[in-house]
Amino acid sequence: MGRVRGIAWYTMLSGLSLVFIAPVVWMLITSFKTPDEATRVPPTLLPQSPTTGAYDTIFSGGSQTPVLRWFLNSMLAATGQALLVLAVASMAAYALARMEFRGKRAIFALIIATMFVPSFVLIIPNFLMVDRLGWLDSLWALIVPGAASAFGVFFLRQFFQSLPRELEEAAVLEGANSWQIFTKVILPLSKPALATLAVIAFLTNWNDFIWPVYVLFSPGNFTLPPGLAILQGAYTINYPVIMAGAAIASIPVLILFVIAQRYIIEGVSRSGLKG
Amino acid sequence: MVDVLAETTTGTSAPVAAAPRRGPGLTPYLFLAPYALLFVTFTLAPAAYGLWISLHDWDYLLPGKPFVGLDNYQALFSSTSPVFDFFWQSMQATGIFTVFSVPLLVVVPLGIALILNRSFKGRTVFRAVYFAPYVLGVAVIGVLWRFLLDPNLGAVNALLGAIGLPDSTAWTTGLPWAWVSLVGVTVWWTLGFNAVIYIAGLQDIPRELYDAAKVDGAGRWAEFRHVTLPGLRPVLLFVVINTILASSNMFGQAYLITQGAPGVETRTAIMYIAEEGLRSYRMGSAAAMSYLLTLALLLISMVTFRLFRTKD
Repeated sequence: MGRVRGIAWYTMLSGLSLVFIAPVVWMLITSFKTPDEATRVPPTLLPQSPTTGAYDTIFSGGSQTPVLRWFLNSMLAATGQALLVLAVASMAAYALARMEFRGKRAIFALIIATMFVPSFVLIIPNFLMVDRLGWLDSLWALIVPGAASAFGVFFLRQFFQSLPRELEEAAVLEGANSWQIFTKVILPLSKPALATLAVIAFLTNWNDFIWPVYVLFSPGNFTLPPGLAILQGAYTINYPVIMAGAAIASIPVLILFVIAQRYIIEGVSRSGLKG
Repeated sequence: MVDVLAETTTGTSAPVAAAPRRGPGLTPYLFLAPYALLFVTFTLAPAAYGLWISLHDWDYLLPGKPFVGLDNYQALFSSTSPVFDFFWQSMQATGIFTVFSVPLLVVVPLGIALILNRSFKGRTVFRAVYFAPYVLGVAVIGVLWRFLLDPNLGAVNALLGAIGLPDSTAWTTGLPWAWVSLVGVTVWWTLGFNAVIYIAGLQDIPRELYDAAKVDGAGRWAEFRHVTLPGLRPVLLFVVINTILASSNMFGQAYLITQGAPGVETRTAIMYIAEEGLRSYRMGSAAAMSYLLTLALLLISMVTFRLFRTKD
């Protein structure tokens, strides 16, 4: 690449980057403004008297907007679901990748077919399921049903199939049973794939919106996404408070993204191969 | 990535290497059991249960849920029923959104992927930046853009005003502006997702094909037309169908940014189904709507599939 073309190239890419970064930066800047300054026209670029007032407001938000509680609920739900997905999907995927049994093909085909069932079809019947189980308005409703997603099984089965069989064969010769092979050979070899799945499952759950909006009722049981919706309703044009709430919801996932970027992008890339 | 693809094509036909010494017996089923329990309870049974619900006058709050046959479906096609106008209005909203967002979300990310697939310093950083909005989730980007697009206080109008363009567009409440906003925000939010899938697809195209094209004296465009596009076909099919499904599922953006405004014009099918079933608790009617929408999506997916198969 020539020098001039190189400069043009990077200018274009950086200009495009600005489109993606600037809104998020604006969110952070606004969260440190006073409500007064945030409504000024034209807007000020940087806060003239930076304040953490918005954060103070939402942390002392009382029983109607307990943001800290929502944060904790989001953490519990997303972590809980990620762990549940890892446990059940890895076991099922191992059976589907390495064992022979009656109905295997049909079972796998059925699981894959549900990847194309639009999720909205399941919302109403699952609402009733969760109601029967007594899980409405509780974190169980956010942790358990989503773990039935087919993606984890599909993703790990692909990975397990790509592992060499020699180690398992050696373990069999030493008299290991299926469970020992699974926990002592397969799982340790699969750490990157398991990490990818865990991060994807965590993010999916953390960001889920429509389901928590309808199965949670009391503000104390909310997670951040439905919480942001009430924050928007309660503070209308007090944008610093709303942006502070959005920032609190963003920071953990942005940190996770920076740390585990490789796994996230890997997981997304693989999802395209299901087609 | 190539390995994974190769694995999917050969994996199923390959003979079983390590045949178990004893019959497999119950073991595989025990490994499957925990997932199967979840799968049956929260995917398989609900799919059938929803169909059952749609055949009843199923009011969540009333004890009696009389069987009504196909009445709920018929109501969706009879112009005198109370749901007819609202339902088709919401289907139209979903349709408009899908028609405008899908082409953009298929083409723009492909362009980005082609740029990011070239080798230059810092490409993984740019890829991460373009992908970043996706990890924020719809609730965050919804309230964020509701603020940015605020007609009076928002940064978008302020920015437009600063460069001498109209600065009082009603991005969240006027038409067609509300659609421009919803489509634009969605493209901004999910472009990186499709781009990452395309990049994986591009890396799967064998280098030799490009070398051969060069030997044949193919230009950039011919190379794209005869090597890149055919090589991307399976990925392209996936992106198209997945994006149609995602667009038809649109909920959060409209819920937070336009709230259906100006009236109910931007209230999407999913918003209406959720309101009808989970706020007004008329679940039979809502379930029927969701199955009709599923049927429509199934037809669209099949047509798309056909188009991709015959386009040779």
